[in-house]
Amino acid sequence: MRPENAPDHAGRFGEFGGRFVPEALMRALDELERAWEKARADASFGHELDALLDTVVGRPTPLYEAKRFSERAGARVLLKREDLAHTGAHKINNTLGQVLLAARMGKKRVIAETGAGQHGVATATAAAYFGLPCVVYMGATDVGRQHLNVVRMELLGAQVVPVEAGSATLKDAINEALRDWVANVEDTHYVIGSVVGPHPYPEIVAALQTVIGNEARAQCHELTGGLPDEVVACVGGGSNAAGLFRGFYRDESVALVGVEAAGEGLNGRHGASITKGTPGVLHGARSLVLQDDEGLIAHAHSISAGLDYPGVGPEHAWLAATGRARYESATDEEALEAFRILGETEGILPALEPAHALAYVLRGKTEGTVLVGLSGRGDKDVATVASALDG
Amino acid sequence: MTALLDHLETARSAGRKLLVPYLVAGIPDVAGFPRALETVAAVADAVEVGLPYSDPLMDGPVIASASERAIRSGVGPLSALELASTATTTCPRIAMTYYNPIHRVGEPEFCRVAAAAGFTGIIVPDIPVEESASLRSAAAEHDLAWVPLVAPTSSAERVKSIAATATGFIYAVSTLGVTGARTSLSERAAPVVAACRAASDLPVLVGIGVSTPEQAREASVSADGVVVGSAVVRHVLERGAEAAAEWLASVRTALDA
Ligand SMILES: Cc1ncc(COP(=O)(O)O)c(C=O)c1O
Repeated sequence: MRPENAPDHAGRFGEFGGRFVPEALMRALDELERAWEKARADASFGHELDALLDTVVGRPTPLYEAKRFSERAGARVLLKREDLAHTGAHKINNTLGQVLLAARMGKKRVIAETGAGQHGVATATAAAYFGLPCVVYMGATDVGRQHLNVVRMELLGAQVVPVEAGSATLKDAINEALRDWVANVEDTHYVIGSVVGPHPYPEIVAALQTVIGNEARAQCHELTGGLPDEVVACVGGGSNAAGLFRGFYRDESVALVGVEAAGEGLNGRHGASITKGTPGVLHGARSLVLQDDEGLIAHAHSISAGLDYPGVGPEHAWLAATGRARYESATDEEALEAFRILGETEGILPALEPAHALAYVLRGKTEGTVLVGLSGRGDKDVATVASALDG
Repeated sequence: MTALLDHLETARSAGRKLLVPYLVAGIPDVAGFPRALETVAAVADAVEVGLPYSDPLMDGPVIASASERAIRSGVGPLSALELASTATTTCPRIAMTYYNPIHRVGEPEFCRVAAAAGFTGIIVPDIPVEESASLRSAAAEHDLAWVPLVAPTSSAERVKSIAATATGFIYAVSTLGVTGARTSLSERAAPVVAACRAASDLPVLVGIGVSTPEQAREASVSADGVVVGSAVVRHVLERGAEAAAEWLASVRTALDA
């Protein structure tokens, strides 16, 4: 039976989602959908993936009680430590699953886009594990600000291709990856890094990330004897949030809160597609997007490359429309402050993306137990933070 | 029968191969575009006008950067329609646009504006047949011909359902990949044309990667004609519309040979 938060046969979450792609890709998407359905029904795929999550990723990741941070937030804060996953972010949960699937489909090459570089590193890692060549498209702006991850990808044997077009960030990297895929669709699998893109990608990525929410729910029970009052995660495309939220979707007492990038402020440049966007079609799906009156996609902005995106996954647009989840936003400045505070109070440097979720929690508007998705670690952002704090 | 199809059938029944050049609205610049359109139209059976878009994911570097340049000079997808309407020509104009601008203004409204600006057809490269029903009926209401794309990866079944929606011509994508020049015509072009022929009596034009008179001639052996994009855009940007028209005349000669 289809869970109520899974898409229908046409890949729709309510009025969002679907498939808006060039005809050349339709066969590949049909094939992917069939391969995914088959893999899901095949116990050996599940076993193989579980073994990879254990031994490659190091799952389960801990649920950590942030005691000193809790004092600052005025709530009991639990952190789901995806920063401790191999390669330093939740992205690897998805890439191992997708590359395992690609290998089963007989694909000879994988490609990916990346914003912060975490998805690129995670794809390069999975590709190395399976012995497949890997090309990663990355906006030129992001190549500059996430240099550490560029070096990591190259050391993992991937080819990193800088993209100069448009805003030279994540949106443009996805365009370039799609162009590559159109040209090489017969032997290449496109490993999309978030719950975006044409059906079946939003469902595949969310399903592969649901391990975060399932673990967190069980761990919260063990630690506190109950459920959290609020579950909070940052939202770029929305994969870590979707994975975490799906673990609590049916627990009606649990508030689900996504935190978008407010960048320089919601009246300036930002990446808050749910808070400020309108319905549109971007990267193959109907969702909420930042655009002008003629439908030209806006240039987003966030200090965190992973949230610097003018769209969002259709599942989130739908969760917002139904009211099951609520979406807030945090500015660059608030994220920097939260980054610093978590370091000082807990000895953890978070990635700038989940620092947005922490910034929301620090507003002190939450009560009881708050479970926050700490989607990645901050090593990649140290240079950005240092220069922002200096400036 | 749509006005576009009527026009193309008249030429086709006279034994003429069809030549459809493509221009990005707003090149070489805003003021020069209407004249460029007229100049190119003079040697064409129809002209495809690309509406500038921020995320042209079916386009290679030549058209994508022309599109970016047009946007920087203030030409968006809607204002492009208006700009094109100021050109004086009897040659049919077909709007090529990504789907989001249509979605943004609303399908019926977009079709109304396009028809009012003198367009006779639309090409939307990123909407599959499964999602296009409401747009197709809005287009039909405004006598805008629907020109669907068929790809080398389309199954026979899909070709059949796609071809059934065509009311202008069928755009046979000759190769996998984005727009841009290729050194030779893909060997996949002929099978795609054959598949379209098997499914429909409408004109079949080959596009994407047709960039020399020889390739146009080769493609039109089986097809009814060609769409020529990046090569035309490059000529207009590098040498001007007159030079582009001269070059198109050489393509015409090759098609007539
Ligand atoms: C650590 C981290 N968190 C979050 C994100 C945002 O992606 P998503 O919204 O898909 O979780 C990224 C993306 O690069 C990331 O690296």
